[in-house]
Amino acid sequence: MKVSGDDCGFWQWGTGALETLAVVATMNKDDNVTPICFLVDEEMADSFSGENDMVMFSPCKKQSGRRLRTRTLDWCRMLERSQEPVSLRRPIKFAMARKLGFIVVLLAVTSIYEAVAIFHPISESHRSAALELFSPAVGSFSSLEEAYEALITFEVLGLKKPEIKDHTCNSVVDTLSSPSSNSKDLHHAFRVNGLLKCKISTGDLTGIVSRLKDAVKDATTLLDYYHSIGGLVLIKDQNPEVDVFLGNADGILRSIKALSQSDGRWRYSSNNPESSTYAAGLALETLSGVISLSATPVDENLIGTLKKDIVKLFDSIKKYDDGAYYFDDKLIDASGHQGPLSATSAVVRGLTTFASASGSLNIPEEKILGLARFLLGIGIPGNSKDLYYQIDALSCLENNRVSVPLVLSLPATVLSLTSKDKLKVKVNTVLGSAGPPLSVKLMQVFSSGSKDASVLKQELNYDPKEGIHTMDALPEGVDVGEYIFAFEIVLSDPEHKKIYATGGRTKVPIHVTGVVTVDNAKIALLEGDVLESEIKLDLPGKNDAAVSANHLQKLHLSFLLKTPLGKPFKPHQALLKLRHETGVEHIFVVGNSGKRFEMTLDFLGLVDKFYYLSGQYNIELSVGDAVMENSFLQALGYIELDLPKAPEKSTHPPPQPADPYLRYGPKAEINHIFRVPEKRPPQQLSFTFLGLVFVPFLAFLIGLLRLGVNLKNFPTSAVPATFAILFHGGIAAVLLLYVFFWWKLDLFTTLKALGVLGIFLMFSQPLLLRRLRHCHHHPFHFRSIIILELISYRIYKLRRVYISVYELWGSWIADFPGIIFVDLGLYCKRVYSKITQ
Amino acid sequence: MGRSPTTKDDAQALFQSLRSAYAATPTNLKIIDLYVVFAVFTAVIQVVYMAVVGSFPFNSFLSGVLSCVGTAVLAVCLRIQVNKENKEFKDLPPERAFADFVLCNLVLHLVIMNFLG
Repeated sequence: MKVSGDDCGFWQWGTGALETLAVVATMNKDDNVTPICFLVDEEMADSFSGENDMVMFSPCKKQSGRRLRTRTLDWCRMLERSQEPVSLRRPIKFAMARKLGFIVVLLAVTSIYEAVAIFHPISESHRSAALELFSPAVGSFSSLEEAYEALITFEVLGLKKPEIKDHTCNSVVDTLSSPSSNSKDLHHAFRVNGLLKCKISTGDLTGIVSRLKDAVKDATTLLDYYHSIGGLVLIKDQNPEVDVFLGNADGILRSIKALSQSDGRWRYSSNNPESSTYAAGLALETLSGVISLSATPVDENLIGTLKKDIVKLFDSIKKYDDGAYYFDDKLIDASGHQGPLSATSAVVRGLTTFASASGSLNIPEEKILGLARFLLGIGIPGNSKDLYYQIDALSCLENNRVSVPLVLSLPATVLSLTSKDKLKVKVNTVLGSAGPPLSVKLMQVFSSGSKDASVLKQELNYDPKEGIHTMDALPEGVDVGEYIFAFEIVLSDPEHKKIYATGGRTKVPIHVTGVVTVDNAKIALLEGDVLESEIKLDLPGKNDAAVSANHLQKLHLSFLLKTPLGKPFKPHQALLKLRHETGVEHIFVVGNSGKRFEMTLDFLGLVDKFYYLSGQYNIELSVGDAVMENSFLQALGYIELDLPKAPEKSTHPPPQPADPYLRYGPKAEINHIFRVPEKRPPQQLSFTFLGLVFVPFLAFLIGLLRLGVNLKNFPTSAVPATFAILFHGGIAAVLLLYVFFWWKLDLFTTLKALGVLGIFLMFSQPLLLRRLRHCHHHPFHFRSIIILELISYRIYKLRRVYISVYELWGSWIADFPGIIFVDLGLYCKRVYSKITQ
Repeated sequence: MGRSPTTKDDAQALFQSLRSAYAATPTNLKIIDLYVVFAVFTAVIQVVYMAVVGSFPFNSFLSGVLSCVGTAVLAVCLRIQVNKENKEFKDLPPERAFADFVLCNLVLHLVIMNFLG
């Protein structure tokens, strides 16, 4: 399946609150798709990014505690029942700034075949959607515009109008009698009045007509013209006795035409350079109104120019692969209701009214049919506005004078050979009513995957009672598989060809299903190439084969698949599963060589994959295909494998969860694994060595005593003794600090304290002491000078260190404190040299 | 046969001359020598402990041994500087040498303490 970014996306669908419906395409290898319908909740829908998403759903199951809307469920069931392949097209971008009531995710689908798609005419599901979307709050709609949209939708769909007539008619009369209501209000009021037939006095109308005519005269923007002309046209239709004819129709036509652009689109006003397709639709409708209101015949040349504009507008039409045509609108107005649907709807409406006012238009029927396909292909829009656009445009197509599209649809596109289903074709108009007398021919049958087509030109029998064209037997040679049938609609009356658009050939994907027979199924055990044993299997059926093998043998499985017509059949899936007692599974794809499906399991090459697990393996075979009615998954029996013992380095089989849902359960608690503590020696030994460490120290002390060491040299006079005590005390303090560092302090605290102690030590060291000793005979003040001198000498030395560091590492520390330091050092040097002289 | 007593005597004579020569060494140098011997023996005891018990915790062992070896080396340096017969350091006052020894020891033991763990 090819799914590109353009084809995927969020699809909004229907109304409702919390339920969400997802249509997910199942894919098969031949690029055909079958939709499967699922309910998802909003949270899950939000998780769709649109592309490459795989989500598990439970098909059409009621979510707990949530009421499923009937229509959604119907639609869902319908899809499931019919098993129809549908082509889901790129959605209109509904989601823009819109009230997102209900989201449906359609994982998109494309078909490789061009213009192969089925478009179903308006059906019951649209009616139930309309009832749901247009539910008036407390007996009336919020505005006349909304009331009109609801009423016209109900009328087109043939539904009973809600009981809102009294209330709505009151507001119609109020609007019409109020002098303050503008042309837009009047227009909507007349629209509603046309459907409800309220009682309006003719006297009021005369005044309103003159007001509207004034509005036409003063009109500057397209919307002014649209509403005032629209109002006048409606008055003319509803009250033929009132004179609404316009005097200068040509002048009005020209001033509206002045707003048109060269590409066939229109501007809303002459000030606004932006052109819009939606505006073109409104302009065409307005112009046809002017033509119908004109008192005198309109200039033919002008109408000719307008027809050319329409042709130009159709040049900008866009196309989908399935043959749907639409108009895109880039301009977004404040209301936000501008998109492909509104633009297409406006153009269809303008086009058909213009055709009815000015005579035939030369639009290719392919494009008219394409527009109908686009409108039908949307399905059921998600909000009332879009539903109105869709239904309104379709009703315009149904009753137009250009050409009425006929839609060919099939009640079922899955035909069973077993139950001898007949090929049934319906031809309807877009709203589902019966078409003119016609016959349907099956022209060609394309087999999927091959381009060859058998030409048939076989006419289908018409059953007038049910309005269905039937083919009793499928064309010869149509076996199970996927086909594309090309139909052609032949109108009985040649005159109808001008009225109806049939669009040439319609290609429809058809799935033909049937029972596939399995022949010659057998399991054989081989040793080398020699057949050891063979067991025949009955498929599909109950089998209980029992085989035992060792790793030197091979298991051989083979079978033949035949379609009902006796041709070989290749299913999507043919899988063999071996399941060990421990739950370890191995899946093998059964390949086919020509007609025969066979596979050989050479256990010698598989021992590693089997994790050297000997024992009983259950054998299961599944053969399945979308067109195979008897797809099966069956147990064939078991094989007792005797495999060699696992070597040490072989991989272990993965653990098998007892219940797959356990994956979502709580995970096992994570336990921290602590490092195993190192083996410690016995305490006694450690204490012994602690004692031993002190022995050299004791010996050292004894040695000192024997050497006759004493403290006689320790200074006795006050100042040197103080300095000496300070010095030794400083060292002791540093060592104590180290002990604290080891014990509790961190490095930074220690370094800070060490800095303080270090400075203290520096100035209480023996060099200083010796100086003092030399000058003990000097007076006290001189000694002080000497101390100063020593201090300045230290600073001078430090300055030298600083300068060398500065030279080494450059300027990063040459800052303010550095300069002070250097200057202080120089000063100290001067003092020092003075003293020592 | 007659050689053995001669060798023994020689050895004794050698040791005696060594002892007498060493006796002439100044006391402060002897103190330093004693300190070096003390440090080396402490290191040896720790190495023996490691050989008996194992090297865990290795950083503590290294700290202990390096502390002893390091301080022994520093003491040897101090001895070189303090020795009067060493002409190279004639101008260096012994107080200065001792101050350097103390400073180096403090730095060494700061590292040792950090490494001790």
